[in-house]
Amino acid sequence: MNQAHFEKMSQSIVNGDPVLATSLAQNALDMGIDPLDAITQGFVVGVDLVGAAFSKGDAYLPELVMAGEAMKAAVAVLEPEMHRRGTERKTLGKIVLATVEGDIHEIGKSLVGTMLSAAGFEVFDLGVNVSTAKIIEKSKEVKADIIGLSALLTTTMVKQKEVINSLINAGLRSAVKVMVGGAPVTREWVEQIQADGYSEDAIGAVDIARQLVGLS
Amino acid sequence: MPKAIKSITNPKLSINILSDEEVLQIHQATLHTIESVGVRFPSQKALSLWREFGAQVDPGTQIVKVNSDIIESALKNAPPAYVLGARTREQACPLDGNHVFLATDGCGVEVIDINTGKRRPSCLQDVADIARVADGTEEIGFHWVALSAQDKPAETRGLHEIRAVWQNSTKHIQTESIYSEAEAHVAVEMASAVAGSAQALREQPVLSIMQCTASPLGQDGGSIEAALIAAEAGIPIGFMTMTANLTTGPATLAGNLVVGNAEVLTALALIQLAYPGVPIFYAAAQTASDLRTGAYTGGGPEDFLYGAATNRLANFYNVPLSMGAFATGAKEPNWQAGLENSLSAFMACVSMSDMLLGAGFLHGSRIWSYAQMMLDCEIFSIIHKMMAGIEVNDETLALDTIASAGPGGNFLTQAHTLKHMRELFLPKFMDRRPYNTWEEKGDDARTWALDRARQTLENHFPEPLDPKLDAALEEMILGLEGNTEHTQRA
Ligand code: B12
Repeated sequence: MNQAHFEKMSQSIVNGDPVLATSLAQNALDMGIDPLDAITQGFVVGVDLVGAAFSKGDAYLPELVMAGEAMKAAVAVLEPEMHRRGTERKTLGKIVLATVEGDIHEIGKSLVGTMLSAAGFEVFDLGVNVSTAKIIEKSKEVKADIIGLSALLTTTMVKQKEVINSLINAGLRSAVKVMVGGAPVTREWVEQIQADGYSEDAIGAVDIARQLVGLS
Repeated sequence: MPKAIKSITNPKLSINILSDEEVLQIHQATLHTIESVGVRFPSQKALSLWREFGAQVDPGTQIVKVNSDIIESALKNAPPAYVLGARTREQACPLDGNHVFLATDGCGVEVIDINTGKRRPSCLQDVADIARVADGTEEIGFHWVALSAQDKPAETRGLHEIRAVWQNSTKHIQTESIYSEAEAHVAVEMASAVAGSAQALREQPVLSIMQCTASPLGQDGGSIEAALIAAEAGIPIGFMTMTANLTTGPATLAGNLVVGNAEVLTALALIQLAYPGVPIFYAAAQTASDLRTGAYTGGGPEDFLYGAATNRLANFYNVPLSMGAFATGAKEPNWQAGLENSLSAFMACVSMSDMLLGAGFLHGSRIWSYAQMMLDCEIFSIIHKMMAGIEVNDETLALDTIASAGPGGNFLTQAHTLKHMRELFLPKFMDRRPYNTWEEKGDDARTWALDRARQTLENHFPEPLDPKLDAALEEMILGLEGNTEHTQRA
């Protein structure tokens, strides 16, 4: 009986349907299904399916993003019950993500966030035009493993350096990895500011993040 | 001698991209969006102006909803035609609906070094060099500041850049790099000095400013505030939307046009409400995001259609258009670059976009290539020739000549041929050599284009700025640098 329910959950993700995913998650709780099982045997299966289709070139970006949205909706319903039961979903790590101060380019940063979430990271997306202080504060608060910084302007990429310098000054540099990206970011820049990694696209961002938390 | 500027005029070709009815539908949909969904204006100054002009303003979200009659009547104040002034009068560009002028593309971050061929970050000297090469071409009618002067402080970078262009060219400058009030004030001061006086600047604006909207349905606060300062001085001001299907706009082309139109119209209307009658222009570079990566493609059939469709919209609002074309995603001057830049430029030209941006970039407006710039100029020249169409009259029907040559005769020996042969297009960069020659030499259009840019850089020196004027411009920039703390020097 649960199997049929799990399949529906998976399908709701494949269809990118947050409304259906939400109600299936609620049903699962009503039926007494363990929320962690609902995630790992139901919803995540859907995410993996879309991910695989995307890698093969059969699915397109909007399908991936909508699957991510549906997944988020389902997890939001299940999370309180998981907390109550003391079961936690294993994530690959916590990532604080932002477009730096003075910069409002959002698309690339958000895509990177979606892909990281889909790959199993817990992503705290602070949005665009985010001050260095806010980024540092959030990463302290959630004990981030990685800070991801997007900058698309030559005038704002210096903020990536500023964040790294602030981490050094606060004595936090060894506690968190920093990865950067955006149109003007080059390998030379990454070396110059001593960031831990960079990527030119969202798929590469996932590879880098995995490396930074010690996975291959 | 300042170079004569080649522009497309009196076109014989035309295109039917949207019917009157369809334009009206897009217009109505846009007004509906502005009225019911609204556009975000993250600037206290803009919000209080909007309140004053009768819009509905939500201070929390900073979203402004405006009645259609306010927008429509505001836009009626815009002048339908005006000139982009230049340091030399002959090089002014009339934006009158009957001219298309080509500019360089702008604001790139890297350059393929003209000497070493290596890619590297851009600096002020690059801005100067490109301006001089562009000045030496007949195709480039005015400048966009091609690259960012990354060796200058962020707060005054845009000012250093326009000074460098004026030092190296007598043609008009359009910049997209002035996006704070403080910088705008100094830019106005500098432009007045170059024009001769504040009044002269109004008559012959030697500078125009292009601002980006913040898609979807938003504006950038600093850009709007800078635009208001420039508008007050009568500097032509335009807003460019870059809505992209899938990410910042709907997947459908019409919907994407509506989103961008709402952004541009609200920004232009605000300028007209604040300063009725000042010169404004529509600007656009819509595209489709890549289905697999979300990347801004800057090419492809959607882009080409937008090039022509946007001009229909700008005509409907009776304001000039600055249209983004030539923004190939190719990484080097190659098949893709030739294809994308030809078709995007053609569609924008055949609809008579007043300003055509911009020659010279690779990798989606990021990397400057001198070779690509020269190749883009040739594309423009080819389109220029095509737009003249086919002239049909007694002289061109050439009946006497046909009779004189007769069956099996030779037209090479006819006087009519001598008279008209120079009307045929002679390419600079197309390979029409014998196969063997190509095989032996191993060079191609890219080699020749780069050589041409090198020669121009070596030999072309436009009339310099008066040293006193130049010193004054420097003072103005340094004045602003003295006033701001630059904690964020790159
Ligand atoms: C779309 C766009 C805009 C839109 C953004 C809309 C939005 N809601 O985000 C709008 C119109 C608002 C805009 C505004 C401006 N823009 Co703009 N913009 C672009 C454009 C064309 C595409 C950017 C984009 O969305 N790409 C698609 C995404 C998917 O790619 P991406 O952002 O590069 O992200 C990928 C990678 O970089 C990487 N990545 C990104 N972030 C991160 C982070 C991490 C941690 C990692 C690992 C990887 C990573 O992965 C992403 C996914 O694949 C670029 C040109 C270009 N080709 O990049 C110019 C560009 C970046 N903009 C530019 C400029 C100048 C501006 C303005 C200053 C213009 C103006 N005068 O108003 C303003 C700036 C406003 C501000 N304060 O930020 C210049 C910058 C040049 C420079 N010298 O700095 C560019 C290069 C274009 C140009 N040559 O003019 N812009």
